[in-house]
Amino acid sequence: MQAAAFHALARFGLGRRPAEPVPLDAAAWARAQITQPDPALALPVPSAADGLLAIRQDREAGPQPGESKARAIYRASAQTLLDHAVSTVAPFRERLVWFWTNHFTVSLRRGQVAGLAGAFVQEAIRPHVTGRFADMVLAVTRHPAMLLYLDNAASVGPDSPAADRGARGLNENLARECLELHTVTPASQYTQTDVTSFARVLTGWSIDMNAASPGFRYRPRAHQPGEHIVMGQRLAADEAGGVQALRFLADHPATHRALATKLARHFIADDPPAETVRRIEAVLRDTGGDLGAASLELIGLDAAWQSHGKLRTPLDYVVACVRLLAPLGDPPPNLTAILAGLGQPLWTAPAPNGWPDRADDWAGPEAMMRRIDWAHAFAARIGARDPAELAEAALGPLLRDETLMAVKRAGSRRDGLTLLLTSPEFQRR
Amino acid sequence: MPALTRRGAVLGLAGLLSAGPNALALAAAPTERRFVVVNLRGALDGLAAVAPYGDPALAGLRRELMAPPIGEPDGLLDLGGFFGLHPALPNLHALYAAGEMAIVHAVAGPYRARSHFVAQDCLESGTDHRMSSGWLGRAVAAMPDRRGRGDALAVGVALPLLLRGSNAVDNWAPRGFASPPAHLYQTIAELNAADRVTGPAVAEGLRGRGFTAAILAGSEEPKDRFAFPALATAAGEMLRAEDGPRIAALELGGWDTHAQQVNRLAGPLRQLDTGMAALKAALGSVWKQSCVLVMTEFGRTARANGTRGTDHGTATVAFILGGAVEGGVVRGQWPGLGPDALLENRDLMPTGDLRSVAKGLLSAHLRLPIGSLDAVFPNSRDVEPMRRLIRT
Repeated sequence: MQAAAFHALARFGLGRRPAEPVPLDAAAWARAQITQPDPALALPVPSAADGLLAIRQDREAGPQPGESKARAIYRASAQTLLDHAVSTVAPFRERLVWFWTNHFTVSLRRGQVAGLAGAFVQEAIRPHVTGRFADMVLAVTRHPAMLLYLDNAASVGPDSPAADRGARGLNENLARECLELHTVTPASQYTQTDVTSFARVLTGWSIDMNAASPGFRYRPRAHQPGEHIVMGQRLAADEAGGVQALRFLADHPATHRALATKLARHFIADDPPAETVRRIEAVLRDTGGDLGAASLELIGLDAAWQSHGKLRTPLDYVVACVRLLAPLGDPPPNLTAILAGLGQPLWTAPAPNGWPDRADDWAGPEAMMRRIDWAHAFAARIGARDPAELAEAALGPLLRDETLMAVKRAGSRRDGLTLLLTSPEFQRR
Repeated sequence: MPALTRRGAVLGLAGLLSAGPNALALAAAPTERRFVVVNLRGALDGLAAVAPYGDPALAGLRRELMAPPIGEPDGLLDLGGFFGLHPALPNLHALYAAGEMAIVHAVAGPYRARSHFVAQDCLESGTDHRMSSGWLGRAVAAMPDRRGRGDALAVGVALPLLLRGSNAVDNWAPRGFASPPAHLYQTIAELNAADRVTGPAVAEGLRGRGFTAAILAGSEEPKDRFAFPALATAAGEMLRAEDGPRIAALELGGWDTHAQQVNRLAGPLRQLDTGMAALKAALGSVWKQSCVLVMTEFGRTARANGTRGTDHGTATVAFILGGAVEGGVVRGQWPGLGPDALLENRDLMPTGDLRSVAKGLLSAHLRLPIGSLDAVFPNSRDVEPMRRLIRT
């Protein structure tokens, strides 16, 4: 089924690369990406230790603008990961990596995150996108990028030895967002007491900046002593209590419901049918939060194959455009600058709840005009290629006759490609 | 003067830049003459731009497309008794009257393609097939007293095929993303109209940016820093500078007037007209040693089609303007518009070769030796350079 294949390339993938064959069995193509190992685990992205060392060196050297080592790491990581998105033959897996990265947002709005965001993707998210959700939650919550972004690195138990007679104290930020955004959500009816108590559980989860290889470190002297109760769960003392709490939250029914809704909204529809949410939720419940099983369930849902109705976000859109023309000539496009210009700067969501995931959030009039203007600029790279052939290669049976006609009738190759890239069917997935 | 992007650097020729920006100022300018090529992408209707009102067959072919007669409000501007310039071209008319613009009518390139994409490739390559370089780029490389870099300037976000073939081409565009021309916005809005999300967003976005219905219909032009007159001014200022480029290429679209041509052609013609006036003003004192060639990939059908427009044709006009031009004349051999005179009973018959025009300008204006003209235009030995285009 040609139509199903083109549908899958957009819905589960990042847009077609014309050099690659259209999959014969679209569902098998998507499933294989889940059952086979991630080809990008070994990408040369600087580690969290590299990022922390860079932050340390920047702090010592007080670099001139443009010479920051942490910013250099950010640029290298962004380049490597965006280049991978443009070239990957496992785009469904990459979409899942982006999805979970956005679910557990760390943002460059907090400057220190710059040197760590790429490492966060590679170390906390990617290894777990087809694994257990609880393992991802643990990896995320211990990662220096998250500990810095949501302030837990400096959180100190008020009655701990490190409290220094009250000079330093508790910071609830990570605990609150973990409950509200990462796991159970307010639907679980946790209370402020639960937030404070969970924040106390997470005291001591910090970063050792001064080690030869800096990274996560549990600091017993900063930990709030005693026994804690979060959402009715009595938790062990010390670091084990935090691990226990995270596992409880990750496997909570409210978490499964929240994750199922979010996955269905991302891959199926802005307002997904209740039945699809229930099915994904059931898989998460029955498998103990197996994200690979949930991803396979998505592929198997009828609703996933029915509409072509999700609007591509700028990141998704730009990558799809680049994949269509790749390999590009010189000069290479500055993708991070383009994403910033289109309103979705990489790893720079405004708040911990990440980028929104509905068409209305991305289809503002000026946002749409910028997308059109960029598409027109980008279309100048078409060279000697035929825009009508590109249109058919990109969309196959999803291409509307009126779009193909307009592309064929355009006054130049560039105008023809502009019309393809700005057509509603190319903007959707 | 706007800053240049060093095309040489992005093409991996960064070594050329190691001398630093001052070297540019110190290098001897290759020529005091300036040469600009304006590519009208989309196929200008030559019979509308320079109407042969003296040809008795014209009205029978396209009465609904014709501008009012000379002397009437918004009427044709006379070019000496047979041809009339489109009323949206008053500045070009003034140049013609001052002897600073010549027109070559019934010209075409050495190809008979009616596909924009194929024909534009051929026009820019200067041959009957697509090459990996363009005739203007090869001309820059063949200039006898070139500096070797910064000799030429491509205005726009991409380096056009026309200027490829030389290392000495810079690329300049205003910062930010260039807006598509109004006619393209219009088609984009139409293709999105039925979409419940993108349709209203595009419509509202265009309104928010001041695109009125009149602008989208092509009868009024938008004002922005990417508009053609603004680009022409920027190019003129760079060309005027003593250490600036000597050659420049600009583009202007919006010519593909398949429907409602009377409304849709006026806007782009006004852009061309005010753009050329802006270029002259910006060139200032070097205007007198400047020459501009305005060309398009092919003309349009002699007859109006069923939607008050014209379809893809063959021969059309070229404009040659500048202080160095021997103007005030319409050159070329008029083939007539009678039924036997049209090519395939539909297009204006080509009687001249655009390569002949370009060769005439390269040899007389840029002083390219005859031998290198054949390298610039491969397999064109039998195409004679057109004479008397440039004042001596």
